[in-house]
Amino acid sequence: MPRLGWNANQLQEKALDVRRDIITLLANAGSGHSGGSLSCTDFATALFFNRLRVEPREPMWEKRDFWNFSIGHVTPVIYSVMAERGYFPLKDLLGFRQFNGHLQGHPSAHDTPGIEVSAGSIGQGLSIAIGVALASKLDKNPRHCWCIMGDGEQQEGSIWEAAMSAGHYKLDNLTAIIDVNRKQIDGDTVDVMNVEPLADKYRAFNWHVIDVDGHDIQAILAAFDEAENTPGKPSVILARTVMGKGVSFMEDKAAWHGNPPSHDEAKIALEELGTDYDTWYKRLAESEGSRP
Amino acid sequence: MTPEFEWKTTREGWGHGLVDVGMTFEDVVVLVGDLTGSTNVNFFKEKFPDRFFQMGIAEQNMANVAAGMSLVGKVPYYATYSAFGVGRVVDQLRVTSGYTPCNIKIGGAHSGISVGPDGATHQMMEDIAILRALPNFTVIAPADYDQTRLATIAVHEINGPCYIRFGREKVPVVTNPADSFEIGKAQVMAEGDDATCIAYGQMVSEALIAHDLLLEEGITLRVLNMHTLKPLDEDAIIMAAEETGAIVTAEEHQIYGGLGSAVSQVVCQHYPVPMEYVAVMDRYGRSGKPEELLDAFGLRHNNIIRKVKKLLDRV
Repeated sequence: MPRLGWNANQLQEKALDVRRDIITLLANAGSGHSGGSLSCTDFATALFFNRLRVEPREPMWEKRDFWNFSIGHVTPVIYSVMAERGYFPLKDLLGFRQFNGHLQGHPSAHDTPGIEVSAGSIGQGLSIAIGVALASKLDKNPRHCWCIMGDGEQQEGSIWEAAMSAGHYKLDNLTAIIDVNRKQIDGDTVDVMNVEPLADKYRAFNWHVIDVDGHDIQAILAAFDEAENTPGKPSVILARTVMGKGVSFMEDKAAWHGNPPSHDEAKIALEELGTDYDTWYKRLAESEGSRP
Repeated sequence: MTPEFEWKTTREGWGHGLVDVGMTFEDVVVLVGDLTGSTNVNFFKEKFPDRFFQMGIAEQNMANVAAGMSLVGKVPYYATYSAFGVGRVVDQLRVTSGYTPCNIKIGGAHSGISVGPDGATHQMMEDIAILRALPNFTVIAPADYDQTRLATIAVHEINGPCYIRFGREKVPVVTNPADSFEIGKAQVMAEGDDATCIAYGQMVSEALIAHDLLLEEGITLRVLNMHTLKPLDEDAIIMAAEETGAIVTAEEHQIYGGLGSAVSQVVCQHYPVPMEYVAVMDRYGRSGKPEELLDAFGLRHNNIIRKVKKLLDRV
């Protein structure tokens, strides 16, 4: 079934698994981006397990919905939801950032099945999703396009070129989700380069704006419905989140933008997430693939 | 006697080629950045309005919208001046269309010093260097109207990012529409044994004039039209080195990173012979008439002749 339509309870449980995957693969790799991966986890899980029409074993299926993470650095959450959804075996997560693995530090279409377009230089993904949305309209293909961005990313000028064109072409088959975790490498976004008010900015660019608690799965699902059913303009979901969500010592700390937990820190984190490192490592290592 | 040429713009070849390839293939779409008339995509727009996308003055967006369209089966061609369509969007071309890779086609108008009165900002002379450095790119700089038209059609067959460079002004027609055009295969424009001039774009016609003038002095200059800068026809270069023993390259591009650098690499590795370069010598352009600028920047047949003679003194 291309669209799974899972309910909030099921999604909550899966989001917990995804957080455990993220911590384990980061500790195993010894490098990677923790904070944004954890802030995106709830809506990314909801997107993949409730909303997207995709065929993970046939990633280029013609009627697939399109999704891309313009914030390429959150590969820990991207790869975890992909593996949990069945694009590739969970054990591959242990090859994250390794020379012999297929999971590059930033998404590589050349290496990973299901990654349609490479990313890693932020500010580029929205334009790509717009291209897919325009072509889909031309072909009368019913796909919906989902592009995940960061709030710090809104500082890139190319985002506003893209936002202008999506409004101009009235792309109601396009939804952007912005992970508004209010942090970036150098600190609080409001101090580094204030991007707010984001809602006003997008409205001014002729978008439909939905402001939502990015960790409230019921609210996220309602936002998805609203976005998909708003005619005549693209929608943006401002998902208000907490960087490092779910791991107490990472929450709301910019220092966790680009750092992985050490093994000791991972052990503490996984205990907070209701499991332990060895159990979860074993779950990944011994998996032969996963289909929900 | 120098040859009498017919003069036509290369960008018109691109414009007509787009209509040709658009008629054959329904997957062709065209995007433009507010330069519909001067990139001659107006022909396509009139014929296929539904498949034509105006993207405004926002090249970073245009480059990646094209990339996105390619992910779902379109073959997007985007048109603007090469200063913007390459220069402004190097990051998009490197990360998205090169690395993925995406099946996009870039038309780079207003390349070279012969752009004329607009001056340095619009005279793109670094595009070949930039794009040759990006893996997966095919880089083409056709010599005239007919060849640009053929190249515009031919790049549809390549599944990956391609760049076609063309200029602003009318340039001599030196190829025959009936000539075959093969990407990556240099064209022998004139035979010769004493030296070879390898050129692309408008400089092919200058090389042909040099050929005729040198012939009057009993010197035979082979002229190779290296319309594809990447992948480079290494066999044709090695053969020229072996058979003529001296090579001069000629291009409307910076000396660093262009055809001269590319040919040198092949020659040094496979069959070292003396070389000379006709190119822009590490400086920006300026306003002026095209012919004034070509003279001032040393991009003329007499410059080629001087370099050939210098080479012949050495060998």
